[in-house]
Amino acid sequence: MGTLVEEIFSRKAGREVHAGEILLVDVDTIMSHDNTTPLAIKAFREIGKPIFDKNKIVIHFDHAYPAPNLLAAEAQKKGLDFMKEQGITQFFHQGVCHQVMIEEGFITPGAIVIGADSHSNTYGALGAFGAGFGSTEIGVAWVTGKCWFSVPQTIRIELSGVTQPGVFAKDVMIFIAGKLGMDGGTYRSIEFGGDYIDRLPIHERIVLSNMSTEIGAKCGLIAADEVTLDYLKVETRAQGSYEQIHPVHPQYEKIIAIDVSTIEPQVACHPDVDNAKALREVEGLAVDEVYIGTCTNARYEDLEIVAGILQGKTVHPHTRVIVTPASAKIYKKALQSGLIEILMDAGCTVTGTGCGACIGRHGGVLAPGERALTTMNRNFIGRMGSPLSEIYLASPASAAAAALTGKITDPRPYLA
Amino acid sequence: MGKAWTFGENMNTDEIIPGRFNITIDPLELAKNVFCEVKPDYAARVKPDDVVVGGQNFGCGSSREHAPVAIKGSQAKCVIAASYARIFFRNAINIGLPILECPAAAADITEGDEVEVDLATGKIHNLTNGHVYQARPLPAFVMKIAEAGGIVNFLKNHDVQELMA
Ligand code: SF4
Repeated sequence: MGTLVEEIFSRKAGREVHAGEILLVDVDTIMSHDNTTPLAIKAFREIGKPIFDKNKIVIHFDHAYPAPNLLAAEAQKKGLDFMKEQGITQFFHQGVCHQVMIEEGFITPGAIVIGADSHSNTYGALGAFGAGFGSTEIGVAWVTGKCWFSVPQTIRIELSGVTQPGVFAKDVMIFIAGKLGMDGGTYRSIEFGGDYIDRLPIHERIVLSNMSTEIGAKCGLIAADEVTLDYLKVETRAQGSYEQIHPVHPQYEKIIAIDVSTIEPQVACHPDVDNAKALREVEGLAVDEVYIGTCTNARYEDLEIVAGILQGKTVHPHTRVIVTPASAKIYKKALQSGLIEILMDAGCTVTGTGCGACIGRHGGVLAPGERALTTMNRNFIGRMGSPLSEIYLASPASAAAAALTGKITDPRPYLA
Repeated sequence: MGKAWTFGENMNTDEIIPGRFNITIDPLELAKNVFCEVKPDYAARVKPDDVVVGGQNFGCGSSREHAPVAIKGSQAKCVIAASYARIFFRNAINIGLPILECPAAAADITEGDEVEVDLATGKIHNLTNGHVYQARPLPAFVMKIAEAGGIVNFLKNHDVQELMA
């Protein structure tokens, strides 16, 4: 009996557990990437004990891959040498870690997945517990196969209604961030539910779980349903049969009800994700770069929306428009269906997969005084490059509209 | 018994230890610059058994472990705050820095108060004004990690199951 997070942990613990309890449980998968693996290796070496089960370990190179400079190259070589030495074979460099984790079938309802990356919350979209941890804890988990957790209280976000045309999960989430604030979910499990969620396809659910991190949440969960199980079968390598775990007589700390039909296209303005505004309030603001990428919004369906808006048109001559598909699988599908050609014909720069410009290392770094409109999840000062640049967050449709006009633009007239 | 050093709300990891000092992970080196911008005299004058007292959301910001390591390196006995940012909370426990959550103490203790803390019971005694506050006692496993000097050290000599035993 309990909230979704309590139900997930109760199954792992083999007894009923409740918020506030501290547990030591087996984790199913331990994720890290090129940025966070080196420090995990350091903790691992200090402990000086063998790996518990290398099949639980998954390592991605995505944050700066292929290495854009010598420092990154050296770190990646170290990581790869370590994997060879330890016989770790679950190694991927086919896109942003979180997307590849889903595609490769590591994320299944009820699984407990810990990641050395703050957006490991993403996995909640498929009914898994996913949360971000420091590198030391990842090194510890390599040795023990376990992690300690304090079972969190839950804030239920009850979303009802149908969104207006031109309003996507991204707009809903930016709206939520504006309402709750950047620490509105600290320590908490955010449980998204309601009839809006029931109808929402997985690629959109992912946006909500992914950005639950932005309001400080430990995890952002959505109970698995038929939509989830179909998605797992069709879109991923997870081919087992999975339980649909639901909250049972849950005790919520708080329930926040939102009618999504009242939400219009949103933008999270520089420099905080909770600086949320209706797009029309900032319409006309010039943008130097439009970046369509990241674990938040660079899935096939996102590229489809962008291509739909850009088809047969040309992007603004003074605006860099960069498209970084979230994974190789998505890239390939977009190539085969002709989306990539549409984007390139419109003047977009289509890059290889991965985190790309998201952390300002390569693939679209911002100069001082530049402003970007992007489909990312974060707009911290300096994240994409210069601390004197500005980042605005919006949906793929809003990003595509800005790509055409070179300024923040209401996407609705562009959506057929 | 020690002296209280008080800090405000939302103390972020950069205010605890600015990023430019994070080139080392040596606790004693980091301790030389801990709180250098918000309380420049702290590093030189803090004594063992002194306590750091913060407000809401102590340790917010980046996930870097340098912040709790720097406080631990300064020899302070523990941190008392109204609440902690999630990753700081975990990092502090894992590196063996005792932390107590106690809004009443955080609101009432002022700079320089003489404070006595019993980590095992969570009892905080303010000898200066006579007030006693009760934080939740630290779970036994946290005490074990703290005594070992952090989870990495703990695991060198113990099996992980012993944590919860
Ligand atoms: S795409 Fe950006 S937010 Fe997502 S994992 Fe990569 S760096 Fe982090």
